[in-house]
Order: sequence, then structure tokens, then C-alpha cells
Amino acid sequence: MRVLMFGWEFPPHITGGLGTACFGLTKGIAKQSVDIIFVVPKAYGDEDGSAIRLVAAENIDVTHTSTQLEEFWKHIQYLEISSNIVPYVDPEEFAKIIESSEFDTSESSSLSSRRKFKFSGKYGPSLMSEVTRYAITAATLASKNQFDVIHAHDWLTYPAGIAAKMVSGKPLVIHVHATEFDRSGENINQSVYEIERRGMEVADRIITVSHYTRNIVINRYGIPEDKVITVHNGVDFTNHQELDLNRGVPEKVVTFLGRVTFQKGPDYFVEAAHKVLKRNPNVRFVMAGSGDMLNRMIKRVAKLGIANKFHFTGFLKGSDVNQMFALSDVYVMPSVSEPFGISPLEAMRSNVPVIISKQSGVSEVLKYAIKVDFWDVDALADSISGLINYNALSNFFIKHGQDEVNNLKWDNAAKQVVDVYKSAIYN
Amino acid sequence: MKTICFYFQVHQPYRLRRYRFFDIGKNHNYFDDFANRSIMRKVAEKCYLPMNQLMLDLINEYGSKFKIAYSISGTALDQFEQYAPDVLESFRKLAKTGCVEFLAETHSHSLSSLKNYDEFERQVTKQTQKIETLIGYKPKTFRNTELIYSDQIGEMVANMGYKAMLTEGAKHILGWKSSNYLYANARNPKLKLLLKNFRLSDDIAFRFSNRDWSEWPLTTEKFVWWLNNIDPKEEIVNLFMDYETFGEHQWVETGIFDFMRALPERVFSDSNFEFLTPSETAEKHQPVALLHVPYPISWADEERDLTAWLGNELQDEAFNHLYSLSEKVEKVEDEALKRDWLYLQTSDHFYYMCTKWFSDGDVHKYFNPYDTPYDAFINFMNVLSDFSIRLKAKLMEQSYFSKNPHSGEDLEILIHLYKTKLLELVKIKEGAIQVEAKAESKQIITKKELKAKTTPKTQKKAKTNTKAKAAKETSKAKATHTKSEKSSPTAPKNSVTEKPNSKAKKIAETPQTPMPKKAPQQYL
Repeated sequence: MRVLMFGWEFPPHITGGLGTACFGLTKGIAKQSVDIIFVVPKAYGDEDGSAIRLVAAENIDVTHTSTQLEEFWKHIQYLEISSNIVPYVDPEEFAKIIESSEFDTSESSSLSSRRKFKFSGKYGPSLMSEVTRYAITAATLASKNQFDVIHAHDWLTYPAGIAAKMVSGKPLVIHVHATEFDRSGENINQSVYEIERRGMEVADRIITVSHYTRNIVINRYGIPEDKVITVHNGVDFTNHQELDLNRGVPEKVVTFLGRVTFQKGPDYFVEAAHKVLKRNPNVRFVMAGSGDMLNRMIKRVAKLGIANKFHFTGFLKGSDVNQMFALSDVYVMPSVSEPFGISPLEAMRSNVPVIISKQSGVSEVLKYAIKVDFWDVDALADSISGLINYNALSNFFIKHGQDEVNNLKWDNAAKQVVDVYKSAIYN
Repeated sequence: MKTICFYFQVHQPYRLRRYRFFDIGKNHNYFDDFANRSIMRKVAEKCYLPMNQLMLDLINEYGSKFKIAYSISGTALDQFEQYAPDVLESFRKLAKTGCVEFLAETHSHSLSSLKNYDEFERQVTKQTQKIETLIGYKPKTFRNTELIYSDQIGEMVANMGYKAMLTEGAKHILGWKSSNYLYANARNPKLKLLLKNFRLSDDIAFRFSNRDWSEWPLTTEKFVWWLNNIDPKEEIVNLFMDYETFGEHQWVETGIFDFMRALPERVFSDSNFEFLTPSETAEKHQPVALLHVPYPISWADEERDLTAWLGNELQDEAFNHLYSLSEKVEKVEDEALKRDWLYLQTSDHFYYMCTKWFSDGDVHKYFNPYDTPYDAFINFMNVLSDFSIRLKAKLMEQSYFSKNPHSGEDLEILIHLYKTKLLELVKIKEGAIQVEAKAESKQIITKKELKAKTTPKTQKKAKTNTKAKAAKETSKAKATHTKSEKSSPTAPKNSVTEKPNSKAKKIAETPQTPMPKKAPQQYL
């Protein structure tokens, strides 16, 4: 079996969880003796191509037949309005992009002499036109390659998937890692929503990363239930390093790590911290990450008078994240809406007990984690206090949590994905 | 005769380095030495040194007719000692003329007058003692941080024995009254008040180089004409400003130095004014009224209140947490902790957390090393967390022998304490070995370099014999090393006074003697 897979990024050039997930999944699928042609807008040359054949869209000659397809794309040409929809980019970078875009709004749409499109592969201001050009290139690829099924990850590549399907007539599987509702709450971007809905309608099968996301796809996008299958993400810890740090602070440390945006529920973490500190001052709370709600959180912490026990680290990179986990005693993910959520698994792998919101996909696969409703600040505060005060409880979670995350293998996820392929092909 | 009273504020804070959450409990060095040194050197070259020279020249030229006053914060004095002893020397020269008054203030340039009377008094004593020892002048007049003043603060200052104090001629306090008279404290009329004439002061300090200002360019003729135009009955014009105005806020290219050079001459020839120091002004004139200031005022921003330092959630939280530690700091006996405590109180740290961006945002931004007030707050709180951990640990250590730990929490802290202490000791031990090894290797290198530089003629010879010489030098260095360890700490001083033919010994000693001295300090 051969898969034509469309992604937007691939390790090591990633800005979010999407690239990591694609990498883990493709490695798993390759073990099922399935060939993968993985297409990204731009390749840097240092990607791990052991499991796949990586193709950069920018190296593809766009043939006449596929440019004819532009007829088909005309009705989504409005996408090229320079709307600043930038998913997956951390908010600080987003602000920078907005700033810079004021200066260079019109450098997009450059068809090079050899009829190849240029791609930045970033989530820049010209994202929408890149998505469209990526789709045109996809059509060319589809006409020149042999494959049995098309697999497209997230809305950026749905148009490419649709185009490939139109050219080749092969079945299309789309993989929903997140929906517009997860990224923007109720204030969705209509153009993105339209692309998502169209992708879902055209697709033969839809894979969602959790039942939570599956429900959104069914209820919010009006997709028939039997087309939507949940395949939970796996996690790959082959590069995990045990850190042994001597701690600077004597108190227990409770950590929130992630974007400080509405969806991640940082405000509930702050309120819970306040409740815990009222009863037990011997705890420190850390909010690691940045985002549009950060300043509000800092003000709130100051207002509550807990700033001597509540710390902010700003955005953390690679090794600092591991260091943060190594220093933590409790990890909290109070997300308001989380399609999956890989960070609690990383925390558990680092022997940190976790508290996660019931509104997260990952809560469907974890047994050894405390689950609360994101809005239930009292329950959250109780759980934090429990894990801090009762060592038996935290030790229990540490011990079993370790095994639990180690069993969340991409291989299992890959098997299920291949089953989805089969059902799409032999339907 | 009417009076012009010049007072210049000299202040530099100890800026904090980027102090991360991960540093808490591990790294106790809070200050950005590089920034503090380079800013001090820059301002010294651009402002303190040339301006002090100019003031000295003017005093020499006009005999005792030209008079000025300075208030130098203790943190600035500490930085002069560390980074700019030449500036200190120039202030000493000014003090010797007898035409310069030095004012009393808080050592940390702190806001302690608003929070803690004992701390306030201690800091004033510390600063005045420091002025006395370093400059050779005993302050008689008081000036509070940022000219912050209220009836209560005035009363505290009067109780400390000061007869006069400087503050802002804030419009909302004065109403129809003029700042150009002497006033007195409402609770203790013995304390006389000099009020800043903010219009004329700010014409120099803020507007001097502003080309959009309708009065630009400001000339001495114009300025003296304004002076002559004030109400004939009014007696005093108080010109209070940051010393850094000259050369740093207003660059030399704006002509600010030339303006100051020409001003006394113009005043003497064209006006009925004399120059007096604040204490002379307070003695010569009589207060015309009591000044009622129930809520604190300052010289900052449009509002002339405390909102540049206190008032938003961030500032209040940081300020309250800082001073919640004061009782503990009083009990602790530790030089490094006491010093950090002083440096953390500097008002600038709270200024950086100010969120009023609009009317005075530009001024704030200019002085601010942080991108946002939030960054400033986070950094300060991280430092404060570490400080409070150290403080508790030290107190625990101090009290351990007098009482046994009762609660499990006590025990936990104590265990943590001993663990870290143990680690420190191991580090010191390892460090001492490394320092020894390093010092030896360094000696050889510096010696070689120096030889090559000082004796270019014998370079060829030196090259051929380097090996043999290096071997010799190591043995020599070792010899001097053991010697200097045995001898008293005055050893390096002796070696300096020794004749240059003992160069080898001098070089051998200089790099290594400060090192063992420093090592234990780091672990205080």
C-alpha cells in the first residue's frame, strides 16, 4: 500500500505539535509495510527521512494540466485576502508577524521561471495563498505518482488533499488534529471553517485525535457519524533524557506549561493557586509560557497578593521545558478545549503526577491522572492540595503513570490508521 | 536680594540582571554588573566629570558667589566607589570650595518614608555617614527620594533634627500660592520647606533641547528675563533637577553646558539675584505660611504624586512583599543580605513596573531596561523570592543553636539548609583547588605577556629560553604564593610600594591575592 500524505511541517522544523505527531505516526505506519510519500511545502534537507519519502512542494514543476485546475480553485480565491490567521504560532511571534506584515504585504504570489512555486513553509501572513498554491502543486504530484490513498493533516493541507483526490480519484482521509473551535473559541475565522468543512465533506474518512474532537466534527461541522473515526495520538520518548537537578526552592512546585491563551485555561490555574495558597503557603506555582492572556494573569496574581509564591517564566524552549518538568511536583493542564494535549504525557514521563481537564482529548486515554472540569476551581485546588500533601497519592500516580504513557505507542495508532485506509480503499 | 537655589540630584540604581525562576535558590547574584558598570562609566564621562569640572571652574571664577547643592544617593556613592573613584574625587574637590552643600537622603534612594519609619531613619543615617566619610561634608538639609513629601514625612524629618527640607511646588497643593517663598511643615513649623519652581526647572531639565517648544532655543538672556519678571515680592527661585540633565538627558551638543557656563555671569550682571545653598536659603528667608500636604506628593509626572512607583497592582504587590520582610532583615546579621536588602528598595525597581504609558510614557521608557512593566515585575519578584529564601535560611541558621526545631516544616527547612550548606562547602573546596591551579597557570601567562611587552629588545632571548624560564617562574610563583598566604592581608600593599626591580614578585602576587579573598565572599 502506498500513501500520498500532505503535511505542513516535519521535525526538526516545527512550531507546534502537528509536525511531531506526523513524524511519530509516519514512523509507525512505515512499520506496517506501507510506503509514504510525505509532502511538505518546504524541505530543509535535515529531516529524518528513514520512514518516508519526503517531497518538498517547492521542488515540483507545476504542469499545465494542474494549472488548468485553477478554474476549480477560483471559488476559493477569496482565501488570498491577507487575513492574519496564524494557527500554531506562539502569540509573541504572531504579534511580530502582524507588525512585519504591515511592511511587506505584497511579496507573495511569485511564480518562478521554471513554473515552481515558492513556499516559506511558515505560518506567515501570506498563509492563505500558500495553502492555495500548495494545493495546485498537490494536483501535479497526484497526477505523476502512484498511490492508493491520500492522507491530509489539518486544514492547511485539506485543499491539497481535495485537489489530489480530484486528479487521481483515490480516496481521501483527512486527519483532524485541531479544529477552528479549539484555536479560536467561538470567534472562529469563517474562511478557515469553510476549508475545514469542505475538507470533511469531500473526505472518505475522517480521523480525529479524540472523541472530544470527533464530537466537534460531528456536531459543529455536520458530518455523518460513521465517517468519523477516533485514533488517539501516541507519544515517542526515544529522545527522553532523565534530568537530575538539585532544586533551588524547598517548596513543592505546581506547574502550568503551555500557551497562556483562553483555550488553555490559565485563569483557572491562577484562581486555584490562590485557593491552595490560602490553606498552605508552602507551595510555589509556576506559569511557563507566553500568550495574549499573560499580562492579565500577572496583574491578577499581583492583585491576589500571591506573587511571592507564583512565578512566571515566559516562553520556554527545548531543554528548559525538561528542566521545568524536572523541578515540578504537580503538572496542571486546565484546558478549556484541547483536541488531544501531549504535554501531560511528557510530564508523566518525567515522573510528575498530572491534573487534566475533562475537556481534553488526552483525558480519554489516561487512567492515572486526576481529571476535573476546567471551570471547577475548587476541585482543581483540592486535587493540587491532595497531590502535594499525600505522598501516597502522588507516588501512586508517578509509578503507574510511567507505565501508562510508555504504552501509548504510535505503533498502535498507526495500526488503526492503516485500518482506516483499508476501509476507505475497499469501501 | 532674591535667591536662586540650585540643587542637583545624583542617582544611579543597581539594575537587576535577568533573574529567572530557575535561578531561585541557586544563584544569589542579582545585579547586572556589566550594565551598572557601563552605564556608570558612560554617565561619568558624559555628565559627572565634565559638569563637576564646569561647576568647579565657575566657583573658582566667581569666588563664593556661585553656590550649588547636590544630593547623592547611597547607591550612586557605592557605584562611584566601585566603578568611578574619579567622580568621587571631583566631588571631594567641590566640597572643599565651601560653596557646595550636600544633602541628606535615604541610602537606597528608597520609598521607605512611606512604609517604615525605622528603616527610613536607618537609611538616612547610613547615607549621611557615607557622605561624610567619602566627600567630607556633614549634611544639614534633607531631600527625600523623588522629592516625596507629606505632613507626616516632614514631621519625621524634623524629629531627626533637620531644619529644612526640599520638595515639589506641586500645583494641586499650592493652589493660588507661589512656590517662590519659604514655607513650613504643618505639624512642626520648625521644619522649613523649599519648593521647586517646576516651570523654570523643567525649562532647563526637560524642554531645553525641545525644538517644538515655542521658546526654543533657551538662552541665558531669556532665562534671566523670566527671572526678572517674577512677582517683585517673591523671594526665591528653586531650580531642582536631575544632575544627569547635563550631558546625559540633554546632550552636550544641545549647548546645555554653555548655557550653564554663561548663566552666573548673566545673573550677576542683569538681575537682582544671588546664588545660595538650600541651608543658607532656609536661614536667610522667613517662612510665609504653613504648607498642608495630607497626601504624599513628588516631583514626578503630570500628577506630582506617587503613581510612577506605587498604585498599580504590580507595584503594590512588589512593594508590600518587600517591606513584609523588613522585620526579618532587622534580625539577620549578614553583610551580603543587608546590602541586597538596601539595593532592592531603590525606587527605580518600582518605576519600571509603571503602567501609565500615555502622558509620561516617553520619559518612563527612556529610563527603563525592561520591555514591559510585567517583565520588570516578574524579574523583581523572582529576585525577591530568592532573597526571602536566603533570609529565612540565614535566620534559621542563626536561631538553630538557641532553639530546637519543633514542626516537621522546620525540620524540612533545616535539612534543606544543611544539604545546600554541604554542597557549598564542597564547591568551595573544589573551587579553592581550581583557583590555586588557575592562579599558577595565569601567573605564567601574564608574566610572559608582560615581559614581551616591556622588554621588546630582549624578546629574542626570551623566546629561546621560554621553557627554562617558565619552569623557573613556576617555582618562583609557588614560593611567593606560599609566602603571601602566610603573610597578613596587607601583603599586596607592601608589594606595591616595593621597588620595581621586584617586578616578578609583584606580578605573581597581584592576580592571585584577590582570588582567595573573593571565593568565600561568593558563598556568603
